[in-house]
Amino acid sequence: MRLVVLIACLCLSALSAHAKDQIVVGSKAFTESIILGYVLADIALDAGFDASHRPNVGGNRVVFDAALSGDIDLYIDYTGTLTRETLVGQHLESDAEIPAALARFGLGLGPRLGFNNTYVLAMRRDAYPEITKTSDLKDHPDLRFGFSNEFMDRADGWPALRRVYDLPQTDVRGMEHELSYRAVASGAVDVMVAYSTDANIARFDLRLLEDDRNLFPQYDAVVVYRLDLEDRFPGFVDHLNVLTETINDEQMRDLNATVTLERKSEQQAAAAFVSQRLNLNSADIAQSGFWARLAENTLNHMVLVGISLSAAIILAIPLGLLAFRKPRLRQFVLGGVGILQTIPSLALFVFMIPLVGIGGPPAIIALFLYSLLPIVRNTFSGLMDIPQPLRESAEALGLPGGVILRRIELPLAARSILSGIKTAAVINVGTATLGALIGAGGYGQPILTGIRLADTGLILEGAIPAALLALATQGLFELLERAVVPKGLRLPRANAGA
Amino acid sequence: MIDLQGVAKSFDGTEAISPLDLPIRPRATTVLIGPSGCGKSTLLRLMIGLLTPSQGKVLFDGQPMSASALAGIRRRIGYVIQDGGLFPHLTARENACLMAQHLGWPEARQVERLDELADLTQFPLDGFNRYPVQLSGGQRQRVALIRALMLDPELLLMDEPLGALDPMIRHALQDDLRDIFRALNKTVVMVTHDMHEAAFFADHIVLMRDGTVVQQGTLEDLLDRPADPFVSAFINAQRQELGP
Repeated sequence: MRLVVLIACLCLSALSAHAKDQIVVGSKAFTESIILGYVLADIALDAGFDASHRPNVGGNRVVFDAALSGDIDLYIDYTGTLTRETLVGQHLESDAEIPAALARFGLGLGPRLGFNNTYVLAMRRDAYPEITKTSDLKDHPDLRFGFSNEFMDRADGWPALRRVYDLPQTDVRGMEHELSYRAVASGAVDVMVAYSTDANIARFDLRLLEDDRNLFPQYDAVVVYRLDLEDRFPGFVDHLNVLTETINDEQMRDLNATVTLERKSEQQAAAAFVSQRLNLNSADIAQSGFWARLAENTLNHMVLVGISLSAAIILAIPLGLLAFRKPRLRQFVLGGVGILQTIPSLALFVFMIPLVGIGGPPAIIALFLYSLLPIVRNTFSGLMDIPQPLRESAEALGLPGGVILRRIELPLAARSILSGIKTAAVINVGTATLGALIGAGGYGQPILTGIRLADTGLILEGAIPAALLALATQGLFELLERAVVPKGLRLPRANAGA
Repeated sequence: MIDLQGVAKSFDGTEAISPLDLPIRPRATTVLIGPSGCGKSTLLRLMIGLLTPSQGKVLFDGQPMSASALAGIRRRIGYVIQDGGLFPHLTARENACLMAQHLGWPEARQVERLDELADLTQFPLDGFNRYPVQLSGGQRQRVALIRALMLDPELLLMDEPLGALDPMIRHALQDDLRDIFRALNKTVVMVTHDMHEAAFFADHIVLMRDGTVVQQGTLEDLLDRPADPFVSAFINAQRQELGP
């Protein structure tokens, strides 16, 4: 017990070390956003501001909410995403209305970076050289199209493309996006849809077709920042203009390729960009080695698990006791913790963001809530399973309720309670990997990055330690059982003689 | 000593004990007997306040069993149940000394009292460090008795104390128990369904059926002056079981 408290204190002090007197850049969970996040941080540092970057904060909604709550101060977004997703409730007529719409949330629109990351049709460079723009496709009715499933389904995808360009092709199939590059490269299909800054365009040497009737919306990369930045760090927002129109589609594609194809880190790609193109000093990059990364991920993971589990133990045992003692509250308590368990973890993480921000705290709260059920249930059932004669013998002795609880009931229920904690801990270690989705770090971090970069080694760098930690946790609790479960309950039954 | 006045008990509307008066005689052994479900165990649990009567009152030493008085009263009552009710996570010693420890008895006093009771119940001293699973059924029952007698209570309530034992052990313990009761000269209320056992222990027998007292008195009263055909039928049924 003392150990648990000690770990919880250590973890809390580690968390509270994140004081907020610096500019915090955030980024969405994909390569391009992360590179640009480092670029923003490098620009701030070069101009003498204290700044840090929280890569991989999460998806679109998570990052926007993080900016609203002040967990991050700025990030890179896309005009199409803002008008069609994030601010869709504001019914914007044009991009010109974005600044006013953002201002209602206390956010501002910074400079445009220059590139437009939108849909673009692509073909093999050596096939049909006469086709250079989308309207040329109409003259080749036999072309085979292979589009991502998402593009096939979206109203502004294939249905709109066919209507606007009056396309006659009939051999059109939906396929997995990554696969369509290989399909085009191998000649299995002739035309695919790509994202204009995708590194694979260079890798597979594709020719892009001009959207000459402006069908596809503009997804211009822009800086979104909190309006209070100007007060907190005077001059910084103006300084961001050094980025204006500095990266075109092809340059962004190259930057992405640096990471996805050349296996450089996002930080290295960003540093190369700011020093070569913006002539700024980039921050010194200490590329952390395997062991350093492992140590950091392990620490983060243990913090998530340690705090959430300790807090759950502290609350769940009394809750189990309450359910046991007060039959009227029983359904309420057991039902309540049961319902918590049915909330999908990602949804729970996202619910927490408006309340406690991003990173460790929402992940810890979610993990804490998930850990309650097994401990509450096992505490309750462990106490309920104490045979009636023992219960009555304790009462008949005349011991007060508190002494009965401490000396009789809890020791008798110890094995059940401990196994509830063990279940909670093992589930917790696994679920904590999802914390990386909202920037909480831990073993989920290399897993997410590995998925993003299709790097199996990186995925294993998170998955294997997570599995080992789960096994170690299980082992630890089996040892703990010897210490906690009273000896009299572990002995085999004697061959009773007279 | 303990006095039941107009006591009735029902569970979920079903009457387990019909209103009855039952004064328990001090310094005598009263045996509650009857077929299973007759309410004898319920009566015993009313006497130690594990159940509260639906009607009437239970007086201990002239004092009603209120919630506030209960803890104090229970320390003056020893309670032994069928399989001992020993706590499996505590050694025999810890089981026996639980209450004395809570009351802050000095170590020496606890040891002294344990020695006395071990001697009285013929429990081997080296058995005190064993856990209940390491003891035989008879030994467990002796420890349960030691635990009940630890605070030297005025009243001893026993619910089928020999019920879970093998016949041989049962016989030996039965003799020991009677000697103990005689030596201590305490008020004892014992529940059994065994007429032979009742005859062996009782100064006073209370025969019950369906939540009422059919007849009470000495064995001779029940044999010679049955109040009801049921009394003879109950006694005879068990006699035949025992054989000639």
